[in-house]
Amino acid sequence: MQRKALRAINWNRLDDEKDLEVWNRLTVNFWLPEKVPLSNDVPSWATLRPEERQLTIRVFTGLTLLDTIQNTVGAPSLMPDAITPHEEAVLSNISFMEAVHARSYSSIFSTLCSTKEVDEAFRWSEENVHLQAKARTILDKYQAGEDPLKRKIASVFLESFLFYSGFYLPMYWSSRAKLTNTADLIRLIIRDEAVHGYYIGYKYQRAVEKLDAARQQELKDFAFALIFDLYDIEQKYTAELYDDIGLTEDVKAFLHYNANKALQNLGYEALFPPQACEVNPAILAALSPDSENHDFFSGSGSSYVIGKAVATEDEDWDF
Amino acid sequence: MAGLVYFSSASGNTARFIASLGQPAMRIPVSPKDEMPSPDREFVLVCPTFADGEGRGAVPKQVIRFLNDPERRALLRGVIGAGNRNFGATFTLAARVISEKCKIPVLYRFELAGTETDVLRVRAGLDKFRGMECLTV
Repeated sequence: MQRKALRAINWNRLDDEKDLEVWNRLTVNFWLPEKVPLSNDVPSWATLRPEERQLTIRVFTGLTLLDTIQNTVGAPSLMPDAITPHEEAVLSNISFMEAVHARSYSSIFSTLCSTKEVDEAFRWSEENVHLQAKARTILDKYQAGEDPLKRKIASVFLESFLFYSGFYLPMYWSSRAKLTNTADLIRLIIRDEAVHGYYIGYKYQRAVEKLDAARQQELKDFAFALIFDLYDIEQKYTAELYDDIGLTEDVKAFLHYNANKALQNLGYEALFPPQACEVNPAILAALSPDSENHDFFSGSGSSYVIGKAVATEDEDWDF
Repeated sequence: MAGLVYFSSASGNTARFIASLGQPAMRIPVSPKDEMPSPDREFVLVCPTFADGEGRGAVPKQVIRFLNDPERRALLRGVIGAGNRNFGATFTLAARVISEKCKIPVLYRFELAGTETDVLRVRAGLDKFRGMECLTV
């Protein structure tokens, strides 16, 4: 019996240029938690009240759980559905970076917290019904035999939506000049997750455009039903975590905004109306610090600003 | 009246924004083999960012090629940046680089394929911007 030849990956023959573009982006952006001077946050950590510290550790164990799932189950489960060998290679990078993210939270813990506090939070993460429910909902979609495109939808929602009830808190602390090194590390994670959601969403859209209208509609209905279910869990999770410090409504605006962005990664329109997505400007500024807002059309300033010198040069410019 | 020129990669986010805007626009092709548009009047450029963590490679190569032509560049009046805030300091960096290189303003910034609010603001902004140009003639 003739067996099919095993094929080695050839990066000089691409079926989809996006694979190489994303591979390059992810590999250039590679980082490890040791790069961030987390110990500089020790004095700042001491200024947080006990309940604020407990909230922070809990939020980070919740994020650790999602990263663990994406590392060990989510990204690997997408590999058998890959269209190109390069896509599989990109997914292996995504999988590994999720392990780095999960590992990073433990670096934060070992730098800032006591073993007892951390053990208590990990126990909490196993007992919290909302956290368990969202993780379970996603894992169900990753099961072998499930629809490969529904798996991609679930993966994009994890990468681009479910993390944000957690990411809010370090951005909030950072906007108040607290835990700023931790926030720098979280921004590296946010940057990676943005590429992951973009890439998996891109592959999803390429697959969907080849399908007939009925199947396209089925997938869209599934995506909106799933984001509704996840949002329902997220708002309960958010309330349980943030009610005590009075931030629940602020976090929910951030959830709506990110749910819409997750849907955009899949090529879909927004679910939440603009007035539900008015994110606290301090949180937006914490997400993209130093990116300067010179917004001529919004009329927020009386004149525009020509961009300041930027540390980027490209030999392709002719002038 | 100023026209619109845009670049959008295979992901199509910026193309979807342009479609929501509902105004005629010329697309800079993804492939270097395809022909560049030749605007015959002033235009605003809509451009996404593809920077790595250090900001390198922010402006798509095809956009650089488009702007390297002095005649096309002379008609550029402003730039609108597309991107994702999750990329932190490099959010809409391409628009800032183009603004600096070509001495034209960054008119607006939006994320991914834009929101309803973004579309309304850009429509109104372009109208206002076009009005201002008439006064300067």
